[in-house]
Amino acid sequence: MTLVLDEASLALAPPDKARAITVLPGLTDRIFKTVAYAAGGITVAIMAAVGVFLSLRAGTALKVAGFSFLTQRAWAPEHQTFGVGAVLFGTVTIALIALTVSIPLSLGTALLLSEIVAGRLRSLLITLVDLMAAVPSIVFGLWGVYFLQSQIIPVSQWMSTNLAWIPIFAVTNADGSAATDASAFTSSAFIAGIVVGLMVVPTQTSIMREAFTRAPIGEREGAYALGATRWGMIRTVVLPFGTGGIIGGTMLGLGRALGETIAVYMIISPIFDINWQVLKTGSNSVSALIALRYGEASDFGLSALMAAGLVLFVLTLIVNFTASSIVARSRSGAESDG
Amino acid sequence: MADTMNLSGPRTSAPTTTLSVLDDMPDAPRRDVRGYTPRQLFDLFGSFVGAAALTTLLFGWFLPLQGPIGWVVVWFISFLVLYALMVNTDADKQEVADRVVTVLIGSAGVILIGALVFIVVYTLSRGTEALLHPNFLTQTMQYAGPLDPLSVGGILHAVVGTLIQISIALVITVPLGIGTAVYLNEVGGRFARFVRTVSDAMTALPSIVAGLFVYAALIQVVTKQRSGIAAAIAITVMMMPIVVRSADVVLRLVPQNLREASYALGSSRWSTVWHVVLPTARSGLVTAVILGTARGIGETSPVLLTSGITAALNTNPFSGPMISLPLQVFDFVRSPEPTMVARGFGAAAVLLALVLTLFLVARALGGKAPGELSDRQRRRALEASLRDEARFALRSDPRAAEPPATAEKVTS
Repeated sequence: MTLVLDEASLALAPPDKARAITVLPGLTDRIFKTVAYAAGGITVAIMAAVGVFLSLRAGTALKVAGFSFLTQRAWAPEHQTFGVGAVLFGTVTIALIALTVSIPLSLGTALLLSEIVAGRLRSLLITLVDLMAAVPSIVFGLWGVYFLQSQIIPVSQWMSTNLAWIPIFAVTNADGSAATDASAFTSSAFIAGIVVGLMVVPTQTSIMREAFTRAPIGEREGAYALGATRWGMIRTVVLPFGTGGIIGGTMLGLGRALGETIAVYMIISPIFDINWQVLKTGSNSVSALIALRYGEASDFGLSALMAAGLVLFVLTLIVNFTASSIVARSRSGAESDG
Repeated sequence: MADTMNLSGPRTSAPTTTLSVLDDMPDAPRRDVRGYTPRQLFDLFGSFVGAAALTTLLFGWFLPLQGPIGWVVVWFISFLVLYALMVNTDADKQEVADRVVTVLIGSAGVILIGALVFIVVYTLSRGTEALLHPNFLTQTMQYAGPLDPLSVGGILHAVVGTLIQISIALVITVPLGIGTAVYLNEVGGRFARFVRTVSDAMTALPSIVAGLFVYAALIQVVTKQRSGIAAAIAITVMMMPIVVRSADVVLRLVPQNLREASYALGSSRWSTVWHVVLPTARSGLVTAVILGTARGIGETSPVLLTSGITAALNTNPFSGPMISLPLQVFDFVRSPEPTMVARGFGAAAVLLALVLTLFLVARALGGKAPGELSDRQRRRALEASLRDEARFALRSDPRAAEPPATAEKVTS
């Protein structure tokens, strides 16, 4: 097998040189390449334009506000006092409530679809869940306002009377006494969070399900061979292998929840203050702020809204990139198994 | 078992595992991981009914909870407890955990799918009130006020607006989006990676920010008025990354050996893309575009800032406000009048029907992976190769070809 070359034969042999491969692209190929390159370039140009324009216009307002932009609660650009303190708090509250609703639902449904049902029922349910990802958010908003709100208020009332020892569930009037009137519970972050949670569940479910179905069959059978029950198998094989999918899917859902506009805008009654009592009327979000104030905004006011939009964009960007890198990493790990 | 492993060959220098065989250990019964025995079904059904009875009993007298949601919560908890107790009578701890978790997982699915289906059915059923009036789809709101009954006015202008806006958006998105995806997959290089990163980043763009961008960059600076074209551009900015990303995924699924086969036959890059890659991925690309369309049609927040609100029919996207369906829904339900709310639900039902139809069409077309053929396509491919066979036979030995006339006719 080994090739033995002595010095003499090496000296005699012509020097090794890679054969040059010349590619002469024809005219059509050159046109094709240029056109494809142009398509990519235009796409990037459009998207870069959005980013650059946003940053430039937002810069004007950010220069005036400085770092207090992130902490200031009031929104009065005409008096030079404006900031996303309150709206960012509201955005994050609503997104966290949405995750509290969506994680158990999506985790359970993803396990149901990947481990329990099979055959035709499974493909029907998968189609249904995917279909729901396409339902417009205005439809969710309508449902939230006209159906869910009246149904959920008794639950809010019950939570505020019986769980008031948890600070976020307490609902108090201005004088500190507990509020019991139903009107104190309408248009709250809680209701908006539930609706947004239902909106993001389909996205989360499909990513988690994909991660779960990739759990290697050998390890599954190994768990069963050692006498595991189905839940034992899920706990020791499927969930550890799907961790990346669970985290990534949750974060992608979080990204969508942070940016959701119209359903939130329809449900909440906007306030510019930090409201820790999630069951109580009044919340806000960055996107609802933009929808609320863009029409009456002056040039400077618009720049301030741009700055708010930019903060939101950066937030969702960080969340999404973290999510997709987690999903990608977990994928390569699962594939290494034979 | 352990003994035979030790004897399995002469070169057993490697460490071996010896399992001690316990002859006196009884065989545990075989575990059934799927399917239900009558006993298990009885457990399930019994605790279902038992919990309902218990809850009804408790509800009136002891519990502070009110309303249907409270009833369901109490029922569910008592169902879980009763079920665990019933399973516990004849199973070990692990099996109890297994059964209870299975019920929990199943109920998550039932709650979710129930809620989602309910949202759709609720919207459609409340929409029928307005949809039962035939004028709802043939008239505009131009001569209808908020107090007019449902027999006056309709959403024709919004339907037309949606169709015009989405068509403009598609005209921009389809060539550009698929072109970009082709560039990412077939040309590649460092710039392509950059393009992919940027378009991934853009999927994170909140839709309201896209609307704000068009409002500030286009409406305030160039056109000075809200119009259909501005709304279409805002929708395009939202749809682009979705279409690029899903088309990219579809093109990546095209088997590499098809491309290699094409190059091996000496074809150029362009003809490989045009004759091999794109036809193979056709159904997936159509699905990508349709799903992007469904998303684009339902977007409310970008058009809220860009299209303007009007009650009249406007077919010119370049001047004057042009309302679309989601925005019309939003505008209707801002009014407290019950007839306007009914119109809002009617418009939402039309929008929903449009989106669901698009989705089902996409599913029907794109259910197959690239390279997987339908019956008709397979038959056609078979006919083509039969023709080729006849042609080759003719070429190698003209006299041996049996029906030379037909073969000639087909190939020429």
